[in-house]
Amino acid sequence: MTTPAPIKPELVCPAGTPAALRAAVDAGAENVYCGYQNATNARNFAGLNFTPDEMAQSIRYAHERGSKVLITLNTFPPAGKVDLWTDMADLSARLGADACIVADIAVADHIRRHHPQMRIHLSVQAAASSPEAIAWYVREFDVKRVVLPRIMTVSEIRGLVDEIPCEVETFIFGNHGLMVEGRCSLTAYVTGQSTNMDGACSPAACVAYEQQDDGSLATRLSGVMIDRFAAQETAGYPTICKGRYLAEARDGGYYAFEEPVSLNAATMLPELIRAGVHAFKIEGRQRSRAYVKKVVAAFREAVDTVMAGDEPKLADLVALTEGQKHTEGALKSKTWR
Amino acid sequence: MTTSQTDHPAADGARGPLPLLPPPPLFLLRPLLARIVRKVAARNPGMFARLGPHAGEHFLIDPVDMPFMLHLRPDPDALDFRAVGRRGAAPPHVARISGTFLNLFTLMDSEQDGDALFFSRDLVVTGDTEAVVCLRNALDDVEEPIAHTVAAMFGPPGRLALDLMRSAADTRRRREEAQP
Amino acid sequence: MQPELTLGPNLFHWPAEDKRDFYFRIADESPVTNVYLGEVVCSKRTPFFDDIPIIDKVADRLARAGKRVVWSSLSEVVIRRERKLLEAWSRQEGRELEVNNTAALMALSGTPHRIGALMNVYNEATMDWLARRGATHFALLPELPRHVVAVLAETATRLDVGLEVQVFGRASLALSARCYHARAHGRTKDNCQFVCGEDADGMTLSTMEGRPFLAINGIQTLSHGYLDLMEDMADMAALGVTHFRVMPHSCDMVAVTCLYDAVLRGEIDAEEGGTELRALGIEAPFVNGFYRGRAGADWVPRQHAPA
Repeated sequence: MTTPAPIKPELVCPAGTPAALRAAVDAGAENVYCGYQNATNARNFAGLNFTPDEMAQSIRYAHERGSKVLITLNTFPPAGKVDLWTDMADLSARLGADACIVADIAVADHIRRHHPQMRIHLSVQAAASSPEAIAWYVREFDVKRVVLPRIMTVSEIRGLVDEIPCEVETFIFGNHGLMVEGRCSLTAYVTGQSTNMDGACSPAACVAYEQQDDGSLATRLSGVMIDRFAAQETAGYPTICKGRYLAEARDGGYYAFEEPVSLNAATMLPELIRAGVHAFKIEGRQRSRAYVKKVVAAFREAVDTVMAGDEPKLADLVALTEGQKHTEGALKSKTWR
Repeated sequence: MTTSQTDHPAADGARGPLPLLPPPPLFLLRPLLARIVRKVAARNPGMFARLGPHAGEHFLIDPVDMPFMLHLRPDPDALDFRAVGRRGAAPPHVARISGTFLNLFTLMDSEQDGDALFFSRDLVVTGDTEAVVCLRNALDDVEEPIAHTVAAMFGPPGRLALDLMRSAADTRRRREEAQP
Repeated sequence: MQPELTLGPNLFHWPAEDKRDFYFRIADESPVTNVYLGEVVCSKRTPFFDDIPIIDKVADRLARAGKRVVWSSLSEVVIRRERKLLEAWSRQEGRELEVNNTAALMALSGTPHRIGALMNVYNEATMDWLARRGATHFALLPELPRHVVAVLAETATRLDVGLEVQVFGRASLALSARCYHARAHGRTKDNCQFVCGEDADGMTLSTMEGRPFLAINGIQTLSHGYLDLMEDMADMAALGVTHFRVMPHSCDMVAVTCLYDAVLRGEIDAEEGGTELRALGIEAPFVNGFYRGRAGADWVPRQHAPA
């Protein structure tokens, strides 16, 4: 294969609620991704996601404005419960969804056999991180697009785009998970709820904030201290891979996996477009619709600017992280590893 | 900016949300809050479905720079939103959300991104974290921001107050970003 | 059919001689019937496996002792070097192979192979699909609760494939592209100087309160607690689990495997086996919460386990 001609990447934007979906569509998202109110999606949080009626209305809203709706069926059905996932796939086909984002073999196989017209996007939870793994999914399930794990450098992505027979989607903004997604049982070890089976990483029901006598604030997940913040320190949500721990080789607590930073690939945008990436994903179905609106609008403008041959105002995109720490993650250099 | 929560946070000054507005007395506040919550509920019936099992729970909203706290029960059949004094025991609640009035307001205004606030120490959540996350998600999925609905009830002065509060929230955000 | 005891792949970076001596002793003294060889965690840790004479000697000795040797693949395959290693691995003729990354299925689909415990097989339909394309044996993820194992065991029986559950050792909880051993020592993965070799059972991470929590093994994160499902082996065998996996650690693994074997054969009861296991000096708590439908870090006593 030859290097593809410059393609205009689609923006793939998160929606945890119908209001957020409308905000994303109005801000210029070509694709919006969202899920149902159950364990079939990896943001199975209280008060979030779509009822079948809301999904139907939202798909109509998006289609009337030329946007596509991708449905997240990106968790792994445990034995005995596969029907819930296949039912949601059938429902999505009935509602005219544009694609299902899938991680499990059984779910992909069901869609391939029963809804051959439905596009399958391979979820990041499937952890396909090599041309061979991706090619296997394409061969077996006719996957149309793969969402790449957030562990590859731009040059690795460029090499991959040339080698694989499907579209490539990369994360450019949002929460920055450290473990290979789809291969992490940390939450289950602590809370008994599985990220892969129940769709929850650090479920809020298990989270507690605890004011200490010395003015510090402890964050706990099912009683396990994930971090402790001094009086003037900014506190974070207790996610195990963003916690602070003690190790013999270190003096005092340190972020054993990663600092609590979020991904912002703004500065890499032109390079990623040149690498031939087909779609840019923005993380954050659990985020507010104001966040969705602001981030989508900013990246919409940046992508359009690059495609017009101009320099995007990267400072505006960097400012989106609002004073929080951010990183280009693995994209920039393999020293991240 | 950090608001450390104490059990008696009102002591550090009972000011209104804006320099020009003194905090209204409780007896004026009660019918006003009842009207607000009825209006918001009437405009957003889907909100209660989103609250699911948490719709019947009691929440305590604690604007630490005001002389009162707010008690909310977002139950469509027994809607309750009222100001309670700081003297005596707080009413029973599953979760308490404390913060400055301005920060709590930002959370209610879906035109503003309150996420950063939510899990920072600007807001202190005690009790059932899931119930609070659920409430916040439900408040975010409304057709018109609740802040607009409320402001519109007061006509042009209401909209002016909303603009002022938003610009105050903006100023606060910029001040925070300027910090290293 | 008598269930079998297996020795899973050694996840840690031990010196080559230690590894060789370890497996020689297993060949001579351990009752396990299957031994998994191969580097699963990190493509940089190859000296033991590059040194063909040593690894072949080990495999040969195990085979002569009547053990079935299975070759496990790498779990994370991203960079060119890893892809090449995996490709060479998948072309080993005449050897039984255990897949730990989907990339290997591209080459192995249609030929007999095993599915390893780092692959996501959560349900009967996925198991069925893989079995139709050559999978003969499935090692399950540690996080699966009993009711899931039960359905998978029924499916495995119907498909006539092997089903293996880890019953001893630290549980693999997460994989990453980043090396956390190197990070703890202020290094990067490329410049790690094999610092993971300093911790024979992984590097302990404790919470800020000083409570041991996780164990770091290069790019892998393991539980601090050691799985112990000795008490549940009879139940699992009745469900249709055919193999029980013991993971290598620095403790006396001949003693560990002898205890599990004795319980499996009914020579001693699980209570006695458990008492002796706890007398071996393993410096971590035992856990069984995953199988018993609770947090993985919990130890759930038998009477509280769901029926």
